[in-house]
Amino acid sequence: MIEVQDVYFTYPNGVDALKGVSLTIKNGEFVAIMGENGAGKTTLVKHFNGLLKPTNGSVLVDGVDTRKVSVATLARKVGLVFQNPDHQLFSETVEEEIAFALKNFGFKEKVIKKRITWALNLLGLAQYRKTSPFMLSGGERKRVALVSVLAWNPKILILDEPTIGQDYQQKENLRQFIMQMKAQKRTIIIVTHDVEFVAECNPRVLLMREGRIVTDGDAQTVLTNPEILTHASVVPPQIAQIFIRLSDLGLPKNVIDVYEAREILLNILKEHAK
Amino acid sequence: MAVIETKNLTYTYPGGAKPSIRDVSIKIEKGEFVLITGPSGCGKTTLCRCFNGLIPHFYQGELKGEITVAGLNVVEHPTHELATHVGLVFQNPENQLFALSVEKDVAFGLENLGVPRDEMHKRVDWALKLTGIYDLRERAPHELSGGQQQRAAIASVLAMQPEVIVLDEPTSFLDPLGAKKIFEVIYELNRNTGITIVLVEHRLDLTAKYADHIIIMDDGKVVLDGESREILSSEEARLIGVGIPKATRLYQILQKDGIKLGNAVPLSSDEMAALLREVLKA
Repeated sequence: MIEVQDVYFTYPNGVDALKGVSLTIKNGEFVAIMGENGAGKTTLVKHFNGLLKPTNGSVLVDGVDTRKVSVATLARKVGLVFQNPDHQLFSETVEEEIAFALKNFGFKEKVIKKRITWALNLLGLAQYRKTSPFMLSGGERKRVALVSVLAWNPKILILDEPTIGQDYQQKENLRQFIMQMKAQKRTIIIVTHDVEFVAECNPRVLLMREGRIVTDGDAQTVLTNPEILTHASVVPPQIAQIFIRLSDLGLPKNVIDVYEAREILLNILKEHAK
Repeated sequence: MAVIETKNLTYTYPGGAKPSIRDVSIKIEKGEFVLITGPSGCGKTTLCRCFNGLIPHFYQGELKGEITVAGLNVVEHPTHELATHVGLVFQNPENQLFALSVEKDVAFGLENLGVPRDEMHKRVDWALKLTGIYDLRERAPHELSGGQQQRAAIASVLAMQPEVIVLDEPTSFLDPLGAKKIFEVIYELNRNTGITIVLVEHRLDLTAKYADHIIIMDDGKVVLDGESREILSSEEARLIGVGIPKATRLYQILQKDGIKLGNAVPLSSDEMAALLREVLKA
């Protein structure tokens, strides 16, 4: 469980990035943090693994104050995948990249080999095992960064903009992977601008603006409310846009899923034909 | 007139086991808004690197076939000459920004071209305002958020006012409203000034409605190339794993259920809502 209690954070250059954030994320929850650029989303999640410590207030991970433990200790429990894979990758081969953290955590050689194979297969990277991460495309590097964290199987997984540069099929793989993690009661936190991806995943959604959380609710409610979305620089997903636009004809406003949209429209059109 | 034309273009990176792009023959007309998409690793970025001569002048490797940009044979003309015709906005803004202030970064290209001082100021301010970062002009690029950096990278290319702007996922770090604004700016530039836009994107939900022409690549090859509605309504596009806009998808699903909503497949939620409204009001 992550407990954020009235957290303020000021960067050394004087920028106030968080201005009183309180939040509880329970074990096994799936949370999407959205909102405008510079709202403090990345700053907030960097508090979850102790990379940043609050200027004021406190962050507790499973009851432990992040100021009282090292990042290395927290990292075993809380895996953070950065927005920009180039901030994370440094090894000569994909395999070594994944092995690095595992070695540091003291896994046995045999286990490391197994974990690497498991992780590479998970996101379709098996053919790049011996390739330099820097030879890969942006989208592929992003997936290498992701699997290098997945490999040690942290209890809480934070993904900062996981869908950038990913094609439709990979997003679908990522979604299924997240659902699988969710079924295993792992906590997943994503920071994302990808409204269509969030609409497909249907998590709890937090909207941030200017260092504060301004909305907290389920995706179907939050993503179909244009006023609060606009306030946080987010636009509704396409299906929601269609239904909002047609609400004067008696259509429900809170639809985000394409198949749910189909059911509703088929019923209405059937009625209409009578 | 074609502003970019390739014939059987094939390129292999140094040490690459196989070509990253193979037998690419495309034609991009002057003034078009072209969307290039396809699965990750399909060769989109590599193709873009050919458009401004980064391939073969910066990246070594082996280039075969022909490529002409703004009437210039890319192989025979150096990158700095091509840069006055083609501006490239990279996927990762950090690869592009380096100066001590945003303003200096945006002015850099113009200084190199020897643009007079007054004109330079005018163009820098114009580009900064258009991308919504005028207030950040004195900040250091590395201090900005990912989205702000992306705007700065776009501004530095806009200021050059090239004939063609190639943008490789230019808004991936931007919030949805910010991304929408940038695409609108790019679209207006295209419509008002006739500047040719080549946009590489996975997120067709956000961009399909702007494109005249869509090129889909897979495994280094061009597999579909044509008018936007035609391409997106084809079953093939969906099977390759291209993210068809949800509005288009809903139209297709309803069509399979026997519901016909006009002849033109919608590319945006506005178009889909209009089609549904017609049927529901009838």
